[in-house]
Amino acid sequence: MRSVLAATDGSLKYMSDTLVARDVVQRVLNESMGRGADFAEVFVEDRSNASASLDQRRIQELSSGRSRGAGVRVVVGETTGFAHTADLSESGLLTAARAAAAVAREGRGGVREVKLESLRDYPSRAEMSPADVPKAKKIELMMRADEVARASGDAISQVQVGLADSTRRFLVANSEGVFAADDQVRTRFAVSCVANGDGGMQTGYRPLAATRGFEFLTPESIEEAARGAAQQAITKLSARPAPSGDLPVVLAGGSGGILFHEACGHGLEADAILKQASVYAGKVGEQVASSLVTLVDDGTMTGEWGYLAVDDEGRPGARNVLIENGILTEYMWDYLRARKEGRNSSGNGRRQSYAHLPMVRMTNTYLLAGDADADEIVAQTPRGVYVAQLGGGQVNTATGDFVFGATSAFMIENGRITTPLRDCNLIGNGPEILKRVDAVATDFSTTPGTCGKDGQQVPVGCGQATMRLSGITIGGTAT
Amino acid sequence: MSELLAQAQELLARVGDGEEMEVFLSRGVETEVQAYQGSIENLSSSSSAEIGIRILIDGPQGARVGTAHAGSLDEDAIAEALFNARDNAHFATEDEFVAFARPDGVAAVSLSLCDPAVMATSMDAKVAMAIELEAMVRGGDSRIRQVDSANYSDYLADAAIASTTGISAALERSGAYVSVEAIASDGGEDQTGWGLSVGRAPGDLSLETAAGDAIRRATRMLGAVKPPSSKGVAVFDPRTAATLWTILGSALSGDAVVRGRSFFAGRLGEDVASPLVTLIDDPTDARHFAASPFDAEGLASRRNELIVQGRLQQFVYDTVSGRRAGVSSTGNAVRAGVSGSPSAGCRALQLVSGDCDQEEIFRRVGYGVFVESLTGVHSGVNPISGDFSVGITGLMIRDGVLAEPIREVTIASTLQRMLLDVLYVGNDVQWLPGTASAQTLAIDGVSLSGS
Repeated sequence: MRSVLAATDGSLKYMSDTLVARDVVQRVLNESMGRGADFAEVFVEDRSNASASLDQRRIQELSSGRSRGAGVRVVVGETTGFAHTADLSESGLLTAARAAAAVAREGRGGVREVKLESLRDYPSRAEMSPADVPKAKKIELMMRADEVARASGDAISQVQVGLADSTRRFLVANSEGVFAADDQVRTRFAVSCVANGDGGMQTGYRPLAATRGFEFLTPESIEEAARGAAQQAITKLSARPAPSGDLPVVLAGGSGGILFHEACGHGLEADAILKQASVYAGKVGEQVASSLVTLVDDGTMTGEWGYLAVDDEGRPGARNVLIENGILTEYMWDYLRARKEGRNSSGNGRRQSYAHLPMVRMTNTYLLAGDADADEIVAQTPRGVYVAQLGGGQVNTATGDFVFGATSAFMIENGRITTPLRDCNLIGNGPEILKRVDAVATDFSTTPGTCGKDGQQVPVGCGQATMRLSGITIGGTAT
Repeated sequence: MSELLAQAQELLARVGDGEEMEVFLSRGVETEVQAYQGSIENLSSSSSAEIGIRILIDGPQGARVGTAHAGSLDEDAIAEALFNARDNAHFATEDEFVAFARPDGVAAVSLSLCDPAVMATSMDAKVAMAIELEAMVRGGDSRIRQVDSANYSDYLADAAIASTTGISAALERSGAYVSVEAIASDGGEDQTGWGLSVGRAPGDLSLETAAGDAIRRATRMLGAVKPPSSKGVAVFDPRTAATLWTILGSALSGDAVVRGRSFFAGRLGEDVASPLVTLIDDPTDARHFAASPFDAEGLASRRNELIVQGRLQQFVYDTVSGRRAGVSSTGNAVRAGVSGSPSAGCRALQLVSGDCDQEEIFRRVGYGVFVESLTGVHSGVNPISGDFSVGITGLMIRDGVLAEPIREVTIASTLQRMLLDVLYVGNDVQWLPGTASAQTLAIDGVSLSGS
């Protein structure tokens, strides 16, 4: 590896453009294929993380992290061998290649010469790289958020602010000639508030996250997040227990997209499909949702939290229509699952880091906007629940049963938003709930999230406009 | 002294004037095998090493700490981490309570947490276990339609922590797991069940237990219905009860308490739970999978009684949260890997067992819901407000025995109420991976939301 240690702006950095030289990559791939394999891939990654936390009005800690390494996978028939190493020297990479290739026991023999295409290198679109931002500048923003949150009301007793950024450069090459590199810069800012009242404590939370540089964080957006988190906690002080049972639910634009991520997103991932472990297996061409539902997974949404120029297998990010007017049109694919079906990957092969195997993952998954008016949807709901913010969810793809949590919700009574409700989960079955989408508005927006699957975390985006479900089970305590 | 500890000690020589320094090193080797349809689907073997460095600078208003970590023990990675930790320290706010741990005279227990059989067992034998596990599940019941994944994994790891304030601790541990997810099918309806077995080495594992659990859980969910909404008793199996204790443990963190983020704050000495609840955190108990002689600051682990017969007795602290509260560390520093500073957390919770087994609890409860799995714990449980609402699957309990399976339902209450509403504690303790062991637990006053 060509890397030099240099000081810039008072911080040490490894300067390396290619991570690993082309001829080394070539030899590692040849070694990987040498014992007789159907496919081999080298993924080299260099990631820098920085985070800062503010708590109890103090900058508690700044933390920096650096991890560099490579993962090699070798596929023989239906078997994948994988090994990773933090040693990016040629000998370190060759050792990993031999370990991964050890699965090729039958030894089909014969060295195969891999022909790499010319490097496709995607530069970061970040305007202000995290490394170029003075730490004092980051702290200033965090202090400002703390002030604004505390000024939002006397009930605010605790404010936590977190800022994290990461720069992830990777190089991926495989035995079919793919040779691509990407620079991904992500920035995340979050405010958490606790409000204290007679009935105990309540919490408010607002995240801001994008695949962008520091330019993404403006004083205005930070102040709005701080006010939003504080207001949410204060409002919930007067919350009453959520109802228990089935009611119509209106989901505000943005975080409501988590509903689709859970209700069908995971079930449309080809690994679950090929193992017949999804309720959506074999349903292409069938009506699986209300005709108001057109669902898209889109890695090309520049700047969104789930944006990628190329996925972690070197396939360009793509816009894939999964459900069109309620009809299931397509699943999401990574290289391995697509290869089994003799088709192309859809650009959904992702991994948490070089130490993980890629698998089928969502990018930015969203419901296309409709033509209803958001306020009208509420006005036309005599009794129900209005969910202003969702806090995550979980699904069992084999049964389709899923939950999602409401971290800010209100009763709808006589077509008006009324009493705030305490936190609760909502539960439903994907294929049933998708059919109950009976109104979609025009006010589309997105929200960032972290998606966990088989122990791997990746950044994803979710989006939708204000929409209504004619009924779903609300997991509260009030009858 | 372990090689890693010697390396950590050596690095302390780089401390600067007016600084304190802490070095945390960890490394490990891991194997993971996934079997599918009688052959290997994925086989990965890997080794890793990591370093975390913390630099503390004292000032007139208190100390400041900066941290950095790296995924390699190469000299250039260490140099960069040290540079960044030092630079980061200058941006923290001075804080009179911030300090590194110092030896407190408590002797560490000697625990045997490492079984060399993890390394001595051949890769072929490990692969064979995953393949056999899958075959056992596929062949165990005609209604098993698919085995989504059958996994074997193990690790051998060692860690060392040393500081210029006198901390010097090292430990070694190993672990082996098998887990399997089965899909049972009947008349077009699918249900899933998950089984596992854990130990310190492959020889500790029971494929029969893992396979049997996955089959039983998947098949007995067949025919599940959505029950009507009601309010009553929920009986948690040991796995789901362990999740409850883990959540409650986070509210017993001294860190959460001193920051006003726990509903237990200000309630020491009060009756916060049913008299049946005696909750202990004891990482010195070798039966606990999370047992360890040291905490994440290198202080000796110790046994702490948190709730005794329903009365809140104490919280758990690391050095900094203890100083904020005016008490000593209870040996409860925890951290995620080598990055960042520690915080206070429960490490090895165990509830004192009751007098009856699971069947007896069903008999005593008569009518209620038996909870076998929880979903949406991260999205529907708020350990600050105490609000609790999760999706479950399980079975109804009627006339004191298990009846029809249920799905697409939630249960809800508040954590505060649930502790007071504990009706029965089983004697069927299970030592599970994670930070809590548990036994069957019956809780009253739980709302069930269904049709």
